[in-house]
Amino acid sequence: MTSKLGKQTFNFATKPILIGYATVAGPKEGQGPVGSYFDKVYPDLIMNEKSFEKAERLMMTTAVDMALEKSGVSRDQVDVFVAGDLLNQIITSGFSALNLGAPYLGIFGACSSFCEGLLTASLLVDSGAAQIVVSATSSHNCTAERQYRYPTEYGAQLPPWSQHTVTGAAAMVVSPQGKGPKIELATVGKVMDLGIKDPFDMGSAMAPAAADTIFTHMEDTQRKPEDYDLIVTGDLGRVGREILVELGQRQGYDLSGNYRDCGELIYSKEQTENAGASGCACSALVTLGLLFNQNYKRILVAATGALHSPTSFQQGENIPTIAHAVSIEFPGGGN
Amino acid sequence: MKDLLKDPKAFQELAKQKKPKPNLAKNLTNAFLVGGGICTLGQFIQNVYINYFGFEPERAGDPTTATVIFIGGLLTALGVFDRIARHAGAGTAVPVTGFANSIVSAALEFKREGFVLGVGSKMFILAGSVIVFGVVTAFVVGLISTLI
Amino acid sequence: MGTYLTAFIVGGLICVIGQLLFDLTPLTPAHVLVLFVVMGGILGGVGLYDRLIEFAGAGATIPISSFGNSLVKGAMTEAARSGPIGILTGIFELTSSGITASIIFGFFFALLFNPKG
Repeated sequence: MTSKLGKQTFNFATKPILIGYATVAGPKEGQGPVGSYFDKVYPDLIMNEKSFEKAERLMMTTAVDMALEKSGVSRDQVDVFVAGDLLNQIITSGFSALNLGAPYLGIFGACSSFCEGLLTASLLVDSGAAQIVVSATSSHNCTAERQYRYPTEYGAQLPPWSQHTVTGAAAMVVSPQGKGPKIELATVGKVMDLGIKDPFDMGSAMAPAAADTIFTHMEDTQRKPEDYDLIVTGDLGRVGREILVELGQRQGYDLSGNYRDCGELIYSKEQTENAGASGCACSALVTLGLLFNQNYKRILVAATGALHSPTSFQQGENIPTIAHAVSIEFPGGGN
Repeated sequence: MKDLLKDPKAFQELAKQKKPKPNLAKNLTNAFLVGGGICTLGQFIQNVYINYFGFEPERAGDPTTATVIFIGGLLTALGVFDRIARHAGAGTAVPVTGFANSIVSAALEFKREGFVLGVGSKMFILAGSVIVFGVVTAFVVGLISTLI
Repeated sequence: MGTYLTAFIVGGLICVIGQLLFDLTPLTPAHVLVLFVVMGGILGGVGLYDRLIEFAGAGATIPISSFGNSLVKGAMTEAARSGPIGILTGIFELTSSGITASIIFGFFFALLFNPKG
């Protein structure tokens, strides 16, 4: 039975297991430092589909199929499919659910979807009612650009604090029995707004959400940053990461040693134009690709998302943000 | 220590400090060189229309503008304009090449939604405000000039 | 009607003003270009933009501010010719080729090309 710790943290008594997962990425991500860890890399952004949206859908369905295959699970065994992405009405997730044919819960956490999906799946499995829950998320640079910002061929000069949306998808199979990393705790985030208005300045907007969730997690669990081999945020980028470290210092949490941001890990220095990467797939690809292959014992993944829309921005609203944190244990990990 | 999460003003101060400053010297230089270059190209094209095609100097502006629009549009369609614009900034955005790019990039992008609902209705999604405000200004200034 | 040197310098300087607005203000490119068009229109209304064109040639006609000037000139010229209704009938007279060219090229490029991302 799941229990609650402190204000926002859920303790999964049965420690749901990630019995299989798959990562799919676009060309830029494939050429980056994490590229060799991905299950499939597409050579271009259109992936032989008729639109960028259809390409993103292809990535999510491919990731789901590969994850099921690696887990030895068939489609009709899936109890619930939890998925989210960046597009209006989360069409990538909805159409992928149609393709999968399983009961579907669509979620929207923007770029925090990776953790939101994982913790939702864990809640379902820990309840004892679901045996196989698949969680998936995706993002595509061009679908995000054309929806949130500008047509992809528009000649905009982006500021140095902007971030590049990752093209990729990931799917995970969560189950009460089997072999794999275990989900032990999850902290559900609250929406934060500290007055940032610039939709290109996601790092500054999301850092408070990451701070609130991570620090609340520490309070709820009575843990310290050093209790984790690594703490990662999803996509704060260089600017957001620096802000988070400073916020941590002021609250008595030293994040200078074992804290990294996925947005700074997925691209090489030569590939990075501005502050780093963003997008739902950013945290997913780095965590499942890189971090799961590092022999850690326990990590804390805090995916961060911005909950604005072009409409809310044009109406003069601030950028509200959220972060969800999941603590993952690796049996047999560490020295 | 002050809890910045409860103090928006102080947090925004911190965020401002951490934000990298745009490389003003590089951006201004690029804008000057590229923008000046495009205008010089326009001057050359205009001279060609006057000297080789026999246009009168006052009438040569039309084909010149149309030609520069064509060039901006073609570079956009070839996927090259945005790569130049990333460095040139205002150097490509302020000349009429920017206008052409905003229209052609929108037309290309929304082709996926069809020619009537996509290309047709969204072509001016970026350039529309330039036209609207230009017309409104012309109306007001024109009105004032007739009343004076 | 301007020389290569004046076209380069004036055109470059107009773009520098645009770049300063991009980098130092929270204005979006759309806002900045609207500002240029409106300023071009106002300067055109008081006759100053034509003087700039005489000096800088394409350095003044290629930037988007020239669009504002042409719209105003069209309105004013037609109004002088046929009275106040000329404001409405004349606005697009000088800019017709630019707008038409944009639409035609936009349409045909969309027929032939795809966005590459």
